[in-house]
Amino acid sequence: MEQLISLLDSTIRVSTPLVLAALAGLFSERSGVVDIGLEGKMLTAAFASAAVAYATGNPWLGLLAGMFAATMLSMLHALVSVTYNGNQLISGMAVNTIASGITPVLGLAWFQQGGNSPQLDDVARFHEINLPFADSIANVPVIGQIYSGLLSGHCILVYLAFLVVLPLVTWTVYCSRFGLRLRAVGENPHAADTAGISVVRIRYLALLCNGMLCGMAGTFLSVYQTGSFIKEMTAGKGFLALAALIFGKWRPTYAVMGCLLFAFADAVQIRLEGVPLPFIGEIPSQFIQVIPYVLTVLLLAGFVGRAVAPKAIGIPFVKSR
Amino acid sequence: MTDLAIELIGICKSFGAVAANRDIEMKVAKGSIHGIIGENGAGKSTLMSILYGYYQADAGTIRVNGKDTHIRNSQEAIRLGIGMVHQHFMLVDTFTVLENIILGAEGGLVLKHGVKQARAHLKELNKEYGLEVDPDAVVGKLGVGLQQRVEILKALYRGADVLILDEPTAVLTPQEADHLFRILRTLKEQGKTVILITHKLREVLDITDNVSVMRGGQMVGNVRTCDVDRAGLADLMVGRKVNLQVDKAQREPGEVVLSVKDLNLVDRRNVKLLKDINLQVRAGEIVGIAGVAGNGQSELLEVLAGMQQPSTGEIFYKGQNLGTLKYRQPKAAVLRKLGIAHVPEDRSREGLVKAFPNYENAILGYQCDRSVCKGPLYSRKALVARMNQLIKQFDIRPDNPMLRVGLLSGGNQQKVVLAREIHANPDLLLIGQPTRGVDIGAIEFIHRRLVELRDAGKAILLVSVELEEIMSLSDRILVMAGGQITGEMAGKDATAPALGLLMGGGDKH
Repeated sequence: MEQLISLLDSTIRVSTPLVLAALAGLFSERSGVVDIGLEGKMLTAAFASAAVAYATGNPWLGLLAGMFAATMLSMLHALVSVTYNGNQLISGMAVNTIASGITPVLGLAWFQQGGNSPQLDDVARFHEINLPFADSIANVPVIGQIYSGLLSGHCILVYLAFLVVLPLVTWTVYCSRFGLRLRAVGENPHAADTAGISVVRIRYLALLCNGMLCGMAGTFLSVYQTGSFIKEMTAGKGFLALAALIFGKWRPTYAVMGCLLFAFADAVQIRLEGVPLPFIGEIPSQFIQVIPYVLTVLLLAGFVGRAVAPKAIGIPFVKSR
Repeated sequence: MTDLAIELIGICKSFGAVAANRDIEMKVAKGSIHGIIGENGAGKSTLMSILYGYYQADAGTIRVNGKDTHIRNSQEAIRLGIGMVHQHFMLVDTFTVLENIILGAEGGLVLKHGVKQARAHLKELNKEYGLEVDPDAVVGKLGVGLQQRVEILKALYRGADVLILDEPTAVLTPQEADHLFRILRTLKEQGKTVILITHKLREVLDITDNVSVMRGGQMVGNVRTCDVDRAGLADLMVGRKVNLQVDKAQREPGEVVLSVKDLNLVDRRNVKLLKDINLQVRAGEIVGIAGVAGNGQSELLEVLAGMQQPSTGEIFYKGQNLGTLKYRQPKAAVLRKLGIAHVPEDRSREGLVKAFPNYENAILGYQCDRSVCKGPLYSRKALVARMNQLIKQFDIRPDNPMLRVGLLSGGNQQKVVLAREIHANPDLLLIGQPTRGVDIGAIEFIHRRLVELRDAGKAILLVSVELEEIMSLSDRILVMAGGQITGEMAGKDATAPALGLLMGGGDKH
């Protein structure tokens, strides 16, 4: 039981940046703009937030800086792919390349620690929050264990992601005017255009939301999880989030479930490392590390069936008839 | 002058060096159905796009309800009460009817309230105009006829008093078109003004009160519909005498080119698509296959062209059994080499690659032709020269070999396909729906080319759902129903009622 709860607990923790990034991607892709730049935006946000949190000693200012930095990259992506109708894949790739280049360069210049940031002080980091009565009911079987072991003791960003961002995104996409227009622009921008909707405006707004969420995801990694910025610390999480988004067929709840699944695989992988299994013995860690990625490939290839993407995805909108 | 809904005065519009509209004058009376007729490329759509705010006129005045207006975008047109139903529907397939209708006019940041109001309003509109659209149906799952009604609803929901329909019947079956016309008449009775853009004479004569005729970017006539007849309108449209009847001398057919024996086709679900087909086509003869769409004609054409394998039966081409040939290449390619050309029914799906330029489309299927390639390489110069020649021979417009074929009108696209197949000098031409979506001038041209080909001693198998076309072109007519040939008639003896009887004959099976 304790084993299971701690496994699920780390699943939630690991999934949070994925969830935020996947929902960020959802905005962009639902509006018809492919975003393979999630990775780069997270990385940049991780760096910017760590640097500002280090300088000011305030994690919230770090979060703002992270969101700002990621949003700037989002706007760059929008400028290239929406305003100038450039190729969205190349633009996204450029975002990734810029991010993995600029973060260690600035890091080296500012902190002289081989591209990483110094370890953040305790005040400059986000910390686990213990929910009320978590300690006192920790010994109550099942309910207490779940409450204090699984639900309590996460960073504020985790609660934000699952309790505020996810419901808000779902509501926005399906129940608000912006959401309707967002989906319309991603499916048939010409229809939206004739209905008097500015396709460009909607796509910019979508990328604005995208940048802010990417910023939160990146901040989570550096200002909470590791407590410092490390070179290439996103390590493919942006692409994993993108995979989860496709796995969830561009729907918020399903995408989040995809994130949880990948995170679970990750958590299992950490647990399995160095543990001898019956009959097989100890599995080389390289094989175990590969689990989440193999799972991604298998799920995307076979399990999901045909994922129906927004119809206008990846196609620049050129007003013509 | 308040009895005019729309008044256009001296409208001019050029795209680069091309004048799409020159000094257009037009008056549309309130509460009338006004037809705008003209061949493809005559400038009808451009004119309506100006009225709907897509384009800005270079010069001229637009008056709506007697007031001078300047329409800069479609929102302003909507505000003035002008609605448009596009030829290619502007709908989001994954949305419900309701969502599509409120898109852009949601009535507030949160959808819930607007949706409720829209549902009530929609119910009224639905009842008032007899539209019969389910607001919760997903648009992508509706048929084209219903999708079109959703477009009409969309315009009415936004308070349109003037409704512009761009080629509304191009995608409809005759029954759906009739239903549409009933709706349009209801709209008129309720005081709405309808502008109908079309190139089909029958529609204009059936339903409009007034008609404006456009040709080459100019308005060549504004007349009351009751004052004109079919031939007069056609002449105005094309600018010369149009021969709606095909001139064709009697001719004695030569030897048998194509012979089909006991052909059967069964699909995967064991449904018999073709049953015991026997037919012959001789040199210098056009054999027409008539029938209601979906009675096996398409499948027959596909089998003969080598795109489908027959289940049983034999096909002889000039005495050679095609079933016993050894095919080292795809079957259709081998048949082409033997001199069997095929103009498929659906030119945009099977006949052309729309994103390719004209000159590349003109060698599809003949890409190994020695005259255009050296070993594995093409001579672009030769390709372009060849295209230029085809453009001249087939009067393809615009006459630019580099143009993407998707940008041509339907009639000119068809000419590209036809030019390609005829250029190969086939002995047997299989042709399906040669004039579907083709304007009247091009129809005349295509028909003439087919008769020329026949007179040159070629064999032609023509499949068409247009009875008139079958009757005017064919030397012999075979009627298909339920996958069988239900009758045969000489072209000169055929009448529509007699053929119709045979066409219905397969229903009992």
